[in-house]
Amino acid sequence: MPDPTLHLAVALDGLGWHPAAWRLSHADPAAPLFPRWWASLVGQAERGALDLVTIEDSLDLQSSLPDGPDGRVDQVRGRLDALLVAARIAPLTRHIGLIPTTSVTHTEPFHVSTAVATLDHVTGGRAGWLPRVSARRSEAGHFGRRNLPPLDPTRLAEPQHARLVGDLFAEAADAVEVVRRLWDSWQDDAEIRDVPTGRFVDRDRLHYTDFTGRWFSVRGPSIVPRPPQGQPVVAALAHSTVPYAFAARHADVVFVTPTDAGHAEAVVAEVRAVEETVGRSGPPLRILADLEVLIDDTPALARRRRTRLDELHGAEFHADAAAFTGSPGQLADLLAEWRRAGADGFRLRPAVLPDDLVTITRAVVPALRDRGLFRAGHPGGTLRDLLGLPRPDNRYAVAGTD
Amino acid sequence: MPKQIILAAHFPGVNNTTVWSDPASGSHIDFASFVHLARTAERGRFDFFFLAEGLRLREQRGRIHDLDVVGRPDTLTVLAALAAVTTHLGLAGTLNTTFREPYELARQLASLDHLSGGRAAWNVVTTSDAFTGENFRRGGYLDRSLRYERAAEFVRTARQLWESWPADAVVGDRDGGRYVDEADPGVFAHRGDQFDIAGHFTVPRSPQLHPVILQAGDSGDGRDFAASSADAIFSRHGTLADGQEFYRDVKARLARYGRNPDDLKIIPGVTFVLGDTDAEAQERAHHIRRQQVSPQTAILLLEQLWNRDLSGYDPDGPLPAEDPDVSADAISRGRAGMYPDPVGTARQWRALAQEKGLGIRDLIIEVTGRQSFVGTPQRVAERMNHFVQSDAADGFILVPHLTPGGLDEFVDRVVPLLQERGVFRTEYTGTTLRDHLGLRPARPLTRVGAA
Ligand SMILES: Cc1cc2nc3c(=O)[nH]c(=O)nc-3n(C[C@H](O)[C@H](O)[C@H](O)COP(=O)(O)O)c2cc1C
Repeated sequence: MPDPTLHLAVALDGLGWHPAAWRLSHADPAAPLFPRWWASLVGQAERGALDLVTIEDSLDLQSSLPDGPDGRVDQVRGRLDALLVAARIAPLTRHIGLIPTTSVTHTEPFHVSTAVATLDHVTGGRAGWLPRVSARRSEAGHFGRRNLPPLDPTRLAEPQHARLVGDLFAEAADAVEVVRRLWDSWQDDAEIRDVPTGRFVDRDRLHYTDFTGRWFSVRGPSIVPRPPQGQPVVAALAHSTVPYAFAARHADVVFVTPTDAGHAEAVVAEVRAVEETVGRSGPPLRILADLEVLIDDTPALARRRRTRLDELHGAEFHADAAAFTGSPGQLADLLAEWRRAGADGFRLRPAVLPDDLVTITRAVVPALRDRGLFRAGHPGGTLRDLLGLPRPDNRYAVAGTD
Repeated sequence: MPKQIILAAHFPGVNNTTVWSDPASGSHIDFASFVHLARTAERGRFDFFFLAEGLRLREQRGRIHDLDVVGRPDTLTVLAALAAVTTHLGLAGTLNTTFREPYELARQLASLDHLSGGRAAWNVVTTSDAFTGENFRRGGYLDRSLRYERAAEFVRTARQLWESWPADAVVGDRDGGRYVDEADPGVFAHRGDQFDIAGHFTVPRSPQLHPVILQAGDSGDGRDFAASSADAIFSRHGTLADGQEFYRDVKARLARYGRNPDDLKIIPGVTFVLGDTDAEAQERAHHIRRQQVSPQTAILLLEQLWNRDLSGYDPDGPLPAEDPDVSADAISRGRAGMYPDPVGTARQWRALAQEKGLGIRDLIIEVTGRQSFVGTPQRVAERMNHFVQSDAADGFILVPHLTPGGLDEFVDRVVPLLQERGVFRTEYTGTTLRDHLGLRPARPLTRVGAA
């Protein structure tokens, strides 16, 4: 019988995912600039025994527009580098997985690889990575190395837009491929400290990555020894076929955005089909459904809070993921239903922080346990262990034994 | 009041100062090692913790160099994590300007400054090395002469980005519905020879405004760059006379950039060996030198000057009779060229070996040593203070030879003596690294949005 328990993650961003969250949150509006804020949120999630947190990031100012800043002053603007936030809280946590977001379009795969590997070393094997494509021209302008044509998200079917998206994901795929090769470029036992021969490492257990692609080439090996998980967990956010294929080829976990149980079933089926099409080897993707959540003691209280937020926002808020408004029991029922539809778990996006996160850990998690859908406490081990993903063999070590 | 001494702790790593063969040597990767050294430095009320950087594994004779410590974790990630387990200690990372972009690095450093409450520092290094470039999008095309141009413009651009958010731009006025007090926080435009970028910076003003800037590099260009743009120099001038000359030269350059001598601190990297008696310290120093220069390492270091494969030589035998090969590509890649005049240096070494009757290994031990302070705690404290009071330095970056316990004895035995003399703090009096270093608070240099 398949394991009925689900994986549970929360996505952290600013003062919550609703654009008016900061108006209702009791926290200092500048709190996301302080480490104490992140330590308390992640501590909260850890006490709830959640599998992992993700931390959002972008190389551009937050905006309601698809292609650059919007000049609004009524929403959270400004943020810190997600990977460094994750590193800052790493020593303060013991069990929970930490998955920062990093843009891959303008950054150096070599730097990203060493940073995530180091996060894995610092956490003793709890690191992950959410590579993110930067399609905005405003972001390209921060680097000045290339011009991107405008991308209209409503016209993705048109060839020039499809080509641009394809290129961006192909580059992201190269980036992940290089990062993974670099993680493997040291065999686990490369450090030998052999005093008689004076050798610190066995260089036969270090490997050049020798990657050459359209956008960059990377010789390797890494400067960082292989991380504890061998390969830290790679996650991807995906809404459609191109990113599904990217996830199926390159990720361990995919965050998807179904609208209801029926859609969840269809999305899971499509992801599984894409896994076939691209010839995925290794364990199937862990599919976590994203859901923005606003939870209160009663459905009426929750609705009232949602209405208040939308009023402050000036419009009903629609994000890329479905929004849930209701009580902890209702949310647990909905998660159970989507679980039956094939999702391996969920990434909840709290509408208001810390409020909705606190409710997740204090009320939703117990409600899931009552339904036999969530484990008690952390079983220990790495993030891969938590997610039921085996530690991969080192590709070079395996090749070397042929 | 006597000059106050600046003290920083270098994490032992990829260099042949670090002794990995000693039974007391621990991991250079495990985070616990970093925590130990950083907490020891903080216990000793040090100004900052320091990490070096290398972005490609070194090679010699076309193969990965395997004799010294190989491998290190990512600088910024380690420093952010250390911010969680320390409260006052400055956190300085060496970060190369050739293989990074100002937007990304300025963002990371400003984030580190926020996440550490104003303790971030950046040691700006340059390399044009195409060998390292093979790991990066940029490749290796940056010409040597352009390195400092890029570095200087990089730092100017980073400052512009750090200043792009006005102070207290996040107002968080819930009732009025204003999160930020202007529509375009972080707006910037920079147009220069190296960078042509514009847009919005994402990180609100950080506690120090400008993380502390250190510079390491010794050429005239390097010194001018430091005089114009840095808060401190990490130098290699660890002897008294040499240090004084460097100190005079660099401090004199400051006026050209409208700066005062106090605006730039000079902090050479130095090693130390302690003992209960001076003789015992000398003996320990000798033992450490032999660990640092194994027979294999001796041959390798010799090859770096001779620029030839000398693997067939006996480490206890005589130096090669032939001269260094100056026509071939460098035999060693991934480390800065150290010998401006190889043939002349080789002749000096040969003469020295002859005179003292030294074989290769003993000669290498003699000529590559940098053991700056050897003696009893009293002697070391006295010497260090003398260096600082006689303007050979403003303080020191201590380079221990053992990970992670290499600083323990210094903190326990030498720091109290410096404190007794009134030349080193007994408690932190400020919170930011700028406070510790006695630097004035940073003031905005550029106008928001100015190019
Ligand atoms: C004390 C000192 C420490 C240095 N540390 C590093 C380092 O950790 N990483 C690096 O890439 N370069 C390092 N460098 C190299 C310098 O950044 C620079 O590339 C080199 O000194 C050549 O520049 P120059 O001609 O101005 O001396 C260091 C230089 C000095 C003097």
